[in-house]
Amino acid sequence: MAFIDLQNDLPGIRGPMIYRPETGTILNELAEILLHDEDNTLSRGDREMIGAYTSYLNDCFFCQNVHGAMAQHYYECDTQFIDSIKKNFLSADISDKLKSLLTIAGSVQKGGRYVTSEQIEKAKSLGATDREIHDTVLIAAAFCMFNRYVDGLNTWAPKDMQVYIDRAPMRAKEGYSQLGLTK
Amino acid sequence: MPHIDVDKTLPGIRSLMAFRPETAKPLSALAEILLRDTEGLSPAERELIGTYVSYLNDCFYCHHSHGEIAVCYLDGDRDLVEAVRHNYKEAPISEKLKSLLQIAGKVQKSGKSVTPEDIENARQHGATDRDIHDTVLIAAAFCLFNRYVDGLASIAPQDLSTYPERARQIVEHGYGSHIYSKQAESPKPKA
Repeated sequence: MAFIDLQNDLPGIRGPMIYRPETGTILNELAEILLHDEDNTLSRGDREMIGAYTSYLNDCFFCQNVHGAMAQHYYECDTQFIDSIKKNFLSADISDKLKSLLTIAGSVQKGGRYVTSEQIEKAKSLGATDREIHDTVLIAAAFCMFNRYVDGLNTWAPKDMQVYIDRAPMRAKEGYSQLGLTK
Repeated sequence: MPHIDVDKTLPGIRSLMAFRPETAKPLSALAEILLRDTEGLSPAERELIGTYVSYLNDCFYCHHSHGEIAVCYLDGDRDLVEAVRHNYKEAPISEKLKSLLQIAGKVQKSGKSVTPEDIENARQHGATDRDIHDTVLIAAAFCLFNRYVDGLASIAPQDLSTYPERARQIVEHGYGSHIYSKQAESPKPKA
């Protein structure tokens, strides 16, 4: 039960987004550019994984499952693979470059000052560009907002994991800017 | 030294916004609506919430920038802003704003730290659903801004006398694209 009367029954972040479409539209625009825009050298799967991992660290059930399912859709993998990245990405079967970016995201989740020059140098040595590092930091920072928005208002989340898996292909096709927030 | 190659003549988030104008657009639009909307909470109250969260996140650039903007709205009352930063419970502000700062402080730790008692307390002091919504989102948004600014090690001017001029730009012109254009840093003297 949400802390405020959202005047709708939608789960997770969609509830407050519809409640206050003036900010909801902007939040979706940010998600669209960071996670779905084609003009990016990071794959959609990797960007969603950074969001899912940050949400996992923030213990946000709704966000980690929505975005974990999105990464799963793009990676064409099973849930177990996504879980293995969340729980211990260093031993997961992903590129060293993505590991270096997830390390940066993990630091951002704690606080901006936790990101070290060594972490940045490591990512650069593995081929990460300035813009990829920028986007990694901003995706992780953005999820520190989304997660707090979702849980700080105590929104509800479907418990059935299949719901998240089933919705992912549609969201991948439509992106985040087409959520139709106007009442 | 910033972690990526940004314009070093621009401070803090302004340098990051100039680096990636595509994301600057929604970020500045979010700041504009959350911090300058006059429905419900006043711009001064909104900036105080942002200042307090930035102070808790130890983000030098953000807490001084937004602190100075609050000072502008409060007709120069820097002592009040200082009091809110360091111990809002004893500050000469409304009980309603205190109850909202309590919620903001919880959001800074984690969304899950906010309790039904925090919300009930705010309601008893007159906070509406919309006030509570905006408080949670302002606090959450500063958890983004602060991490963005410090996570990329953007430059925070150490000379505090440079902050009031930028604050006046925001108060007069809002959070538009002027804040990350070069001209923003060399304002023409007023005639």
